[in-house]
Amino acid sequence: MAEADLTSELVERVREAAAHGATLRVHGGDSKRFYGRQVEAEALDVSAHRGVLRYDPAELVVTARAGTRLDEITELLAASGQRLPFEPPQFTPSATLGGMVAAGLAGPARASAGAVRDHLLGVRILTGDGRVLRFGGEVIKNVAGYDVARIMAGSLGTLAVLLEVSLRVVPRPMGELSICLEASEEAALGRLTEWSRMPLPLTASCWFDGVLTLRLEGSPAALARMHRQLGGTALGDGAAFWRNLREQTHAFFDPERSLWRLSLPPGTPALASAGAALIEWNGMQRWCLGADRESCRRIAAEHGGFATAFRGAQGDAEVFEPLTAALGRLHASLKRVFDPQGVLNPGRMYRDF
Amino acid sequence: MAIDGSLVEELEAALGPRAVLAKPEACVVYECDALTAHRRRPELVVLPSSTAEVQTALAACRRRGVPVVARGAGTGLSGGALPVEGGVLLVLARLDQILQVDADRRLARVQPGVTNLAISAAARPLGLYYAPDPSSQVACTIGGNVAENSGGVHCLKHGLTLHNLLEIKLVTIDGELLTLGSPMGDAPGLPLLALLTGSEGMLGVVVEVTVRLLPVPERVELLMASFDDVGRCAGAVGSLIASGIIPAGLEMMDAPAIRAAEAFVHCGYPEDAAALLLCELDGLGEDVDAQLEAVERLLLGHGATELRRAPDMTGRLLMWSGRKSAFPAVGRLAPDYYCMDGTIPRRHLADVLQRISQMSEEYALPVANVFHAGDGNLHPLIMFDAGNAGELERAEAFGAAILELCVAVGGTVTGEHGVGVEKLGPMCSQFASAELELFHALKRAFDPQGLLNPGKAVPTLARCADYGAMRVHGGKLPHGHLPRF
Repeated sequence: MAEADLTSELVERVREAAAHGATLRVHGGDSKRFYGRQVEAEALDVSAHRGVLRYDPAELVVTARAGTRLDEITELLAASGQRLPFEPPQFTPSATLGGMVAAGLAGPARASAGAVRDHLLGVRILTGDGRVLRFGGEVIKNVAGYDVARIMAGSLGTLAVLLEVSLRVVPRPMGELSICLEASEEAALGRLTEWSRMPLPLTASCWFDGVLTLRLEGSPAALARMHRQLGGTALGDGAAFWRNLREQTHAFFDPERSLWRLSLPPGTPALASAGAALIEWNGMQRWCLGADRESCRRIAAEHGGFATAFRGAQGDAEVFEPLTAALGRLHASLKRVFDPQGVLNPGRMYRDF
Repeated sequence: MAIDGSLVEELEAALGPRAVLAKPEACVVYECDALTAHRRRPELVVLPSSTAEVQTALAACRRRGVPVVARGAGTGLSGGALPVEGGVLLVLARLDQILQVDADRRLARVQPGVTNLAISAAARPLGLYYAPDPSSQVACTIGGNVAENSGGVHCLKHGLTLHNLLEIKLVTIDGELLTLGSPMGDAPGLPLLALLTGSEGMLGVVVEVTVRLLPVPERVELLMASFDDVGRCAGAVGSLIASGIIPAGLEMMDAPAIRAAEAFVHCGYPEDAAALLLCELDGLGEDVDAQLEAVERLLLGHGATELRRAPDMTGRLLMWSGRKSAFPAVGRLAPDYYCMDGTIPRRHLADVLQRISQMSEEYALPVANVFHAGDGNLHPLIMFDAGNAGELERAEAFGAAILELCVAVGGTVTGEHGVGVEKLGPMCSQFASAELELFHALKRAFDPQGLLNPGKAVPTLARCADYGAMRVHGGKLPHGHLPRF
């Protein structure tokens, strides 16, 4: 795929929109257009602004233009025995690195390896008034200035257009083993709580339909001992299972029904009534199919968590859990710092943000 | 500028007389943090004992336009807690309660004045610990760790403060209480927890911190490798990381640091070595065994002259003690020392060390190097005698030159100590005017009047113009469009 630096074209487009009071719908591969609120504005496609700029496996860092395809990065890292720690979903082959950062979504490894923001080291951005700025860098430890780079993770393009990103990468493990255990929802949650207190190399978990599936990573000898200790049946193609879960091609994810994501504190018990459920991240992420808005929000609030209308939400209602008034004011102030005229992705995160 | 008497009265009435210090002899204790070259006696010290008292104090200061500097234990190395003129020093040491240690949720909820080590001590009986371990962990507070995004010797595998935070409660300059993050780590909206971490008390005052706890690893092994050449040692660091092993800690010391540490704590370091590498591995027994063998082979292949494994936990703590007391150890070699904190891409380690050694001769000041090699985070310790005319200035110039070198090779002027007042100048070589302007705008979004820790962390553009005038790079001035004052 041809590399191209389209910085000046993108700057021109944003400045022009700002000058004419227009708005822009910023996107990469449009693989996650369903996520967040819908933006009605002229499209600003960043996906042709692509190319890997720097990658030295010994530094554990990769820097690329935001339009670079995620699968290209994944393949590049795999060739050196490395990977992105947070196992991001791709959803379609067109997914880009910039879109991945802007959406801030992590996959099955989230509970053990952290979120996108944890591994985002630096960015080059284009603000809503046409400034090109650089924050962070390519080193792991860096406390010079405010950590502006990390607030881009999950900002859904509401602050700035991402031009380049630098991410920390990690080596692939010596080996991996996926095992299945039969367990009720309560029993599975109890075991996950117990096991997450122990020094086990648990890097992913999933409960669905009476089966708890775990992924363990380490040396073959350690994995053999863990298998004896935890029991269960080894999964033949573990990689395919976790890929299907990550990409939501697992049988649970019925595309015809609305999908809610509940983010709940660890230790939250089985939920009484939120429709068909699939549990990940040691119980901290629960997917609910066909549930209604009120019960999702209410259940999340009862347990100190929050609910997101992940896919197929109806109408103009808020997708994300509403912010407190004080945090809402702060978000508005921050928006003015980066995008004073409100050019970029207006209303993508909240109706007024 | 004197503090308004009505502020003292209001704070004494609300917080009690024992929470307000106004007498010079009581305030002088707080005149500096661990960057002792900068001192200013605070006019007023306030010691709140609750979140509500912090809110009251901040609101009272804001109404009068009085600046506020938050302080934890005062162990910071960049002057972040240095009092400002006409301001209140808000000391959070009395907010020292561990509110909750929840093993099932693997988290601890604590007040900001709790020390870093106390969290791990409270979690240990449950088989858990708090991973970030700055050298000052016996004394430094978790609130200060959040403000500085503190590191330590185990960041490479287990992350910085940022990676181990779940939620913070923050009081804004308006006295409003905000909750950022959640027990899950994620929260709706922008990831403001990440923005606040390392913001040096410029955006708000942290009044409660929830940290993630990790299970104590099944097995920990510490390996010490000696080298007769600094470059070979630095080369081994890069190869080790590239080999696919992430050690829990990977620390390097050069000859002056090795000798100083050995003389100070008698921990068995090889005094004739040119460089020493401490490599800690943790995890499951089988994994650690496999990695230990691989690391030993690799280090011998890179010319290690001696390898030694710590025999047990006592031996491990002894081996670490030299590294962890390297700063005070170097402090015994000269009347004063100046500790730098740049980070560089690891591939430049050998070159940068070589260059620092040349600069040591140019500036005629000795330097010892101890650093977090795995993170590329350097801590050159410049030795000098402030009693000799011009030596402090020469040490500061040497330090600034090191930091500029870090920026030039693609690194940063501070890896974990913060900017504070110390690195305001070097910040100008890392950031252009447009980025600095955005930093100032961000601060205004939280603190429109600029009352929280004013003058720290981000240099004014005028200051950078002055700094640029002193340091012309390749015939080009940074921030060239600014008027010179």
